[in-house]
Amino acid sequence: MDTSEEVHYNERDLAAKSFKAFLLKSSSKTNLNLYDHLAQLLTKVMDESPEDVVETFEDMSQEVKRAGLQNTQSTLRDTTPISTATVLAEQQRALFSRKAGEDPAHEEYLVKTPLPNVPELAFYLEQAGVGLGEEEMHRVFLALKELVDTQPLQRCRFWGKILGSESNYFVAEGEFQEGGGEEDETAEEEARKSEHRVDDLEAVAEHTVNLLQKSADKSMPVVPMEDKGTGANKYTYFVCREPGMPWVRLPSVTPAQIIAARQICKFFTGRLDAPIASSPPFPGNEANYLRAQIARISASTQVSPLGFYQFAEEEGEEDEETPRYSLEENPDFEGIPVSEMAESLSTWVHHVPHILEQGRCVWVDLAEKPEELVEEEEGDEDREDEPDKPEAEVGPPLLTPVSEDAEINKTPSWTAKMSSTLVSQFAIAVLRSNLWPGAYSFAFKKKFENIYVGWGLKFTGEGYNPPAPPPTQQAYPSGPEIMEDLEVGLKEKQGVKSTLEERRAVEEEESEEAEGEEEEEEED
Amino acid sequence: MDSDSLRYSLDLVSGCGLTLSCEQRAALQTSLLILKRNYKFSRVLFWGKILGLRSDYFIAHGITEDEMRNRKTLYSFNCVDWHLLPPVTEAQLAEVSLLKEHFKGDPSYEYEHTETRGLDEGDEAVVEEITVSVKMTEETRLAATVFNIDREVSVVPRGAFIKTPSGRVQVNRCFEGLSESEARKLSSYLHFSEPQHLKKKTILETADLNPSIDFLDNLSEDTPKGSWSLQFERGSISVLRSLLWLGLTFFHVPMTPQHGYIYMGDGMKNHYLPFML
Repeated sequence: MDTSEEVHYNERDLAAKSFKAFLLKSSSKTNLNLYDHLAQLLTKVMDESPEDVVETFEDMSQEVKRAGLQNTQSTLRDTTPISTATVLAEQQRALFSRKAGEDPAHEEYLVKTPLPNVPELAFYLEQAGVGLGEEEMHRVFLALKELVDTQPLQRCRFWGKILGSESNYFVAEGEFQEGGGEEDETAEEEARKSEHRVDDLEAVAEHTVNLLQKSADKSMPVVPMEDKGTGANKYTYFVCREPGMPWVRLPSVTPAQIIAARQICKFFTGRLDAPIASSPPFPGNEANYLRAQIARISASTQVSPLGFYQFAEEEGEEDEETPRYSLEENPDFEGIPVSEMAESLSTWVHHVPHILEQGRCVWVDLAEKPEELVEEEEGDEDREDEPDKPEAEVGPPLLTPVSEDAEINKTPSWTAKMSSTLVSQFAIAVLRSNLWPGAYSFAFKKKFENIYVGWGLKFTGEGYNPPAPPPTQQAYPSGPEIMEDLEVGLKEKQGVKSTLEERRAVEEEESEEAEGEEEEEEED
Repeated sequence: MDSDSLRYSLDLVSGCGLTLSCEQRAALQTSLLILKRNYKFSRVLFWGKILGLRSDYFIAHGITEDEMRNRKTLYSFNCVDWHLLPPVTEAQLAEVSLLKEHFKGDPSYEYEHTETRGLDEGDEAVVEEITVSVKMTEETRLAATVFNIDREVSVVPRGAFIKTPSGRVQVNRCFEGLSESEARKLSSYLHFSEPQHLKKKTILETADLNPSIDFLDNLSEDTPKGSWSLQFERGSISVLRSLLWLGLTFFHVPMTPQHGYIYMGDGMKNHYLPFML
């Protein structure tokens, strides 16, 4: 009996020992084995005695494993990779440093600066439910201060933020002082000229192609760009990727770009030099497309309370037909009560001129040909009759109330409401555009502001249909004047052939005669 | 987005432009707690805001045991009084994509939309017309839109949720966040809804996946490619924005378990995405 029990006991002992050996077997991936791991885990449970150990057992097991792994010291030192966060932080640190020569007690700070009061703007916008975050707005504020210090701007405003697929644009709107912005332009021109010198051959090739195209394409005169300081180019826009990075100035917008931008619908990528591949083709790269969209958004959604601006009184004759464009602030503006502004849309008016179909704010008559062109064309044989003078395009005049904007899909293109219904004494009126999602305006007593935060796309209602590509160009119509007349050609060829044969026959006869004479001479 | 960390999360997401005003945030903090107790939810998430013409809808999700199934959706106008949204059928989900108007702001508004589509049948010159008419209330449209958005563009980082062997989905308490390099790849993010592509994968592809973490569809398999915009705002926060439903923003702070998504927009799908890329 003892031996059988002993044998039985020995077997169980053997099984236990072999199982323990199995537990002690190191894993092939790491140098852990289950026996040590369980021992550590149960020790931890004993030490900590957490509640409901059974539920959190797996988590504890993972923690023990992670704690057990140690970095073996290697002879190579790890270089910490520089993350983009630290790079950006370095750039943004410059925002917070005060430049030499600035004294906070200096009197200049008491004078009106072109710098807008962005923290106040952020406060009101937050009540409206719009915002970029407190710290971000403050960084934008400091970046605008840097812009104002470097550029001679008369007025500056934070226009908004346009989101892109790879990175975003923070946009600032500035109005230059008289004669201020030209320095940058000459720098730009010089840069362009130096580029031209490098690509001379390409430029010459392009130029000839353009000339050829121009001569063939007489029916498409280019609409001239509006001058700086007027119309769609009244303000200059600066963009940057993140506040702290340098501000880049956007080029002025041409009417062709506005017309093309109306027909395409594209996301921004975030790189200013990215090409825009679209149909119809857009004349320019992303910087031009961005500028065109900014112009369209400004023209459609920049509004102010009725009475804030009034028409400046012009000296001289007042022609009723020519629209008036100069605005000035109304010193007697009292402010409209917030509840009225939230109720009716007619208390808000546009103060940026509408962009016409032509792509400009002031219509230009293209049928009037300047003198030079007229002289050149007199030599042409085919001269078509002058087309009828096209009608002048007229848009809604400045300071039209917003309630007269066209509706989309039977919904008004603006929504107005108060920011809070619980405490109406201190609430502000908020206007939101349904046509350009992302455009917001607020008004409170005598203060108002506009901002745009969005993707830069218009709401198209039924949907965006890309315009069909233009029809293929017609080949020159085939007619008798260009077709080869087969019969005549054949006859001509036959005629030529016969004359050639005759000539050859004559030559042969002559040569035979000559030979014959020679033979005769030899004989003699 | 968790109701506990609302202010912090909103700050991270606010790059899209829309946030909540202080009054709304304060109201949410109180009303969501009351909601949690009344409905016996284990977690309440603030889902987002859908803009309407007359008033905006604030949407919240209530979660019971399983994180993914049996979620209840509630809406409110003033962040204080919440109403339950009805569950939606598949037919309603399909119909809702035909409606292209803004939300009106009135839940009892009836939409009536009829569309005639011409169908050519092969060689026949006869064109048959199919009229599809859609009639639904705004409340149903709201529920269907929220469901669609969740199904198509909800995002969570890989590893944030695990699936237990019993099939329950729960929060992974050991999730310590994606690393900086992982956070830059679109494949580290998963859709938080029933997987559609997972079943079609070959065994070779599924061999590398961890069944407790990779039980959801990966974002990098979305069509069309480029429908997500992955950016690093302020240098270190990974922000994903959907270009298919404009207004959905997802944030994640790498090396921390903080993540969340929110939808703030007009509730309309961007059907013309391929033209815009």
